[in-house]
Amino acid sequence: MARAVSTQRKALNTTVAWTIGLLIFFPILWTILTSFKTEAQAIASPPIFIGFDWTLENYAVVQERSNYMRFLWNSVIIAGGSTILGIIIAVPAAWSMAFVPSKRTKDILLWMLSTKMLPAVGVLYPIYLLFIQMGLLDSRAGLVVVLMLINLPIIVWMLYTYFREIPGEILEAARMDGASLREELLYILTPMAVPGIASTLLLNFILAWNEAFWTLNLTAVDAAPLTAFIASYSSPEGLFFAKLSAASTMAIAPILILGWFSQKQLVRGLTFGAVK
Amino acid sequence: MATQHSRSAARLMMAPAVILLMGWMLVPLTMTIYFSFKRYLPLRGGDLGWTGFDNYVRFVTSTAFWPSVQATLVIVGGVLVITVVLGILLAMLLDQPMWGQGVVRILVIAPFFVMPTVSALVWKNMFMDPVNGLFAHLWRFFGAEPIAWLSEASMTSIIMIVSWQWLPFATLILLTAIQSLDSEQLEAAEMDGAPLLKKFYHIILPHLGRAITIVILIQTIFLLSIFAEIFVTTGGAFGTRTLTYLIFQRVLESQNVGLGSAGGVYAIILANIVAIFLMRIVGKNLDA
Amino acid sequence: MGRIQLKKVTKSFGEVEVIPPLDLTIEDGEFTVFVGPSGCGKSTLLRLIAGLEDITSGHIEIDGTDATNVPPAKRGLAMVFQSYALYPHMSVRKNIAFPLRMAKLDQAEIERRVNGAAEVLNLTDYLDRRPGQLSGGQRQRVAIGRAIVREPAAFLFDEPLSNLDAALRVGMRLEISELHKRLETTMIYVTHDQVEAMTMADKIVVLRAGNIEQVGSPLDLYHSPRNTFVAGFIGSPKMNLFEGPEAQKRDAHTMGVRPEHITVSDSDGLWSGVVGVAEHLGSDTFFHIHETGLADTITVRVDGEVSFKHGDRIHLTPREDVIHRFDGKGLRLA
Repeated sequence: MARAVSTQRKALNTTVAWTIGLLIFFPILWTILTSFKTEAQAIASPPIFIGFDWTLENYAVVQERSNYMRFLWNSVIIAGGSTILGIIIAVPAAWSMAFVPSKRTKDILLWMLSTKMLPAVGVLYPIYLLFIQMGLLDSRAGLVVVLMLINLPIIVWMLYTYFREIPGEILEAARMDGASLREELLYILTPMAVPGIASTLLLNFILAWNEAFWTLNLTAVDAAPLTAFIASYSSPEGLFFAKLSAASTMAIAPILILGWFSQKQLVRGLTFGAVK
Repeated sequence: MATQHSRSAARLMMAPAVILLMGWMLVPLTMTIYFSFKRYLPLRGGDLGWTGFDNYVRFVTSTAFWPSVQATLVIVGGVLVITVVLGILLAMLLDQPMWGQGVVRILVIAPFFVMPTVSALVWKNMFMDPVNGLFAHLWRFFGAEPIAWLSEASMTSIIMIVSWQWLPFATLILLTAIQSLDSEQLEAAEMDGAPLLKKFYHIILPHLGRAITIVILIQTIFLLSIFAEIFVTTGGAFGTRTLTYLIFQRVLESQNVGLGSAGGVYAIILANIVAIFLMRIVGKNLDA
Repeated sequence: MGRIQLKKVTKSFGEVEVIPPLDLTIEDGEFTVFVGPSGCGKSTLLRLIAGLEDITSGHIEIDGTDATNVPPAKRGLAMVFQSYALYPHMSVRKNIAFPLRMAKLDQAEIERRVNGAAEVLNLTDYLDRRPGQLSGGQRQRVAIGRAIVREPAAFLFDEPLSNLDAALRVGMRLEISELHKRLETTMIYVTHDQVEAMTMADKIVVLRAGNIEQVGSPLDLYHSPRNTFVAGFIGSPKMNLFEGPEAQKRDAHTMGVRPEHITVSDSDGLWSGVVGVAEHLGSDTFFHIHETGLADTITVRVDGEVSFKHGDRIHLTPREDVIHRFDGKGLRLA
C-alpha cells in the first residue's frame, strides 16, 4: 500500500507494535536470560533482569547430568528421518497429482488430509500394542515411521501446492525437447521444485521436532527426544529454574532459528494452501 | 493434458503414499473399534470377552465424562476466542507502516516454534509458580496475594498457555489474508468517506471471513487433541481433564483398553464433525 | 522435410468429442494457420499433432510414416508455447541448448548451433541471462531459438503472441514470417486473431467446434468464404450479414457485404441510414450506420477522412460485383 502516513503515526505504530511484540516474546527471552543465571539469582526476589553474573554453568550441568546430547541426537534422528522419509514417499505422489490430475485426485487429496484429522488418542492403544508386538516401543525407528505417517498428508499437500505452481507447459516443453521421464524429473522438475521441497522439509522438521503426543507416549529412555527430556523436568525434584531454562533454551534454539526462515511456508503448509 | 502412458505411471507413483496412509488409518481404527466392544484389561485378566455397547454406555455415564467434555469445550472455546480476536487486532497492527516490521513479526511468531512441553513448563514454573514465579513477584509488588495459578485458576492458566502458543498461528494467517486485501478497495472506501470502524466492518472483516474460518477449524482440530500442555502442568487434575486426557488415562494409566477405546471412537467422531467443515472449504479452494 | 497428414483423426475427452473425424494435409514448407474462436479445438488439434495428447482414433503421418503412437520428442517437431515455457532456472544459453543436450549432441556442435540461433534472433548479448531478466519479446525469441536449434521437420506455434503488447506483436509477427521465409520449414500456427492469420499464412484452416469450416489461402477466404461463419470471421471490420427482402432480391437467404465494399454519399444511394458512432483512424474511417432497415448496424469503411457527423442521414450503395450470397444453411451460393 503506497499511502502517505505521517511520521507521528508511524512512530505510534512502531511503539505499540514493538511493545506487544516484546510482550509476546518475553517468556522466551526470560527463559534465555534465566538460563545464564545461577539458581539463586533465578529465583531472586525481586527478579533480576540483566544485572546478574552471566554463567554457562547450567548448560554444563544439564549436559552432564542428563546426557542432553543423546536426547538432542534422538530428536534430530526422529525429526530428520521422518521428514526425509516422508518427502521421499510424497514427492512422486504430489508430482503425479499435480501434473497428471484425474477425476479422483481431489478426493484422494482430501482423504489424505482427513487422516491427519484422526485424533491420536483414538488410536493410541492399537499403536501402543503394535509397537510392543513389533518391538518398536522406545525405538527411534518406530517414532520415525509414526511421525512420518502423521505428517505425510501435510507433506503431500505442501508439495502439491508448490508443484501446481510449476506451469504444465514447461514440462510439456521438456517432453517436446526430447527429455525422458527421468530427465524431466532430473533436469526440469527437481531444480524448479527445490525451493518448495526445501520449505516443506523445513516446516515438517519443525512439526516433527515439536511433536509431543507420540514422542511422550511411545518412548521411555533410549529413544526419548527433547520433548520427553523436557517433560522429565515436570517432576518436582527437577525444579531448578536456571537448569530448566538452560535445557529449554537448548531444546528450542535450533528450531527457533529454523522457524524464522520458514514463516511464509508456515501459512501455506498449515492451511493446506487455502491461505496464501 | 496427459497421455495414457503418463497416467499409469502417475498411479504407480501415488501408490506408496496412498497405501501407507490407508494402512495407518484402517489398521488402528479397526483395532480401536474392535477393542471398544470388548472388556479388555491387559493388567487385570486381559481379554474378558465381548460386551456389546457396554463400554460406550459406561464411558458417557462415568462421572468423569461430562466434566471432561466441559473442560474440552472451555479450553477450545476460550483459546479460539482469544487467538482470533487478538489475532485480528495484531494482524491489523502489523499491517500498518512502521519501523522494524520484520523484527516485530519474528517476535510475535516465535512462540509457535517452542515445543509444547517447553512452553508448558516455562509458564508453569517461571511465571505461574506461586512462590518464585514472575506473576507472584508482580502480584506481591502490587501488594496482592500471589495466586496458585495451576490449582486455583487451572483452566485460565491452561487457556493462557495454549493461547500464547496459538496466537502466532492465527496472527500469521490473518496477516497474510489482510495483506492480500486489494488496496484499491480500501482506497475506494476512503474516497467514499468511510470512517475507520465502517471500513473494518464492511471491508476488512468480510475479506478475512474465509481466513478466520480456516483458523478456527484448523485450531479446533489441534486444540481438541492438546496433550503435552496438560500432561506436564496439572496432569489432568483441578478440572483440566479434557476428553483427550481422559481417554489417555483410561488406556495407558488405568489400562482399561475397552473403555478407553470406546472413548477414542467418540473422539474420532467429534473430530470428524469439525473436519467435514474444514474439508469443504479446502476442497472448494482446490477447484479455484 | 515436413509434410503432415491427419487421417480421420478424432479426439474425445471422456464423453465429449472435441474433434470429430478430421482430414487435413499440411504440405512441406507451408505456413499453416489454425484460426477460430476460443474453444474451437485449434489448440487441441495442435497438441494432437505434437503428441502431447493421444488421439482417440485415426492416424497422423509425418513425411509419410505413421507417427500416431510416436512419443512427442521422436516426432521431430518443435513447439513454441503460449507462455513460452522457458526453463526459469537455466540461462538463455542452456534453455536453447536443452533439446540438443537431450539429443546427446557433442558439445562443439551444441555450441555452434546455439550461437547460430542466437545470432539469427539477436540474442547474443543475452545468452547468460535468466528468462526472468528478459522482456516479453526476448523471451519469445528464446522460445523460438529453442525450437530452431533442433532443426525440426515442422514448427508448432500455440498462440505465441497473445502475451505480448500490441506494438510488440506486430514486430514479432514480421519476425516469424521472415524466419519462415528463411528456413522454409513447415510451420503450424494457432491463433484466435484473424489478422495474424491473414498476414502470416500461406494456408488458413478455419475451425469451429472441432470442425474445419474452410481451408484456403488468405485471399481465397476473403473473396469466397464458404459459409457465413467464415465470412463473419475473416476480415476486419466484420462483413455485414443480413437477411430479408434485399437478400431475396438477389436470390439469397443471407447476403453479405464487406464494409469496404459500400460507398457512401450524402445525396443518393441504394440504401439510407443514420450515422451512429464514427471511428476515425486517419487512414480510413469506420461508420456504424443505424436505421437502414437491413440490420441493427451496418458498418462502412471509407478511405481517408470523411466529415459525416453523428445523426447525419446518409446513403449507401454496395458494390454488386463483390456481394456474397448464402443459402438458408449459411452455405455460399455460387
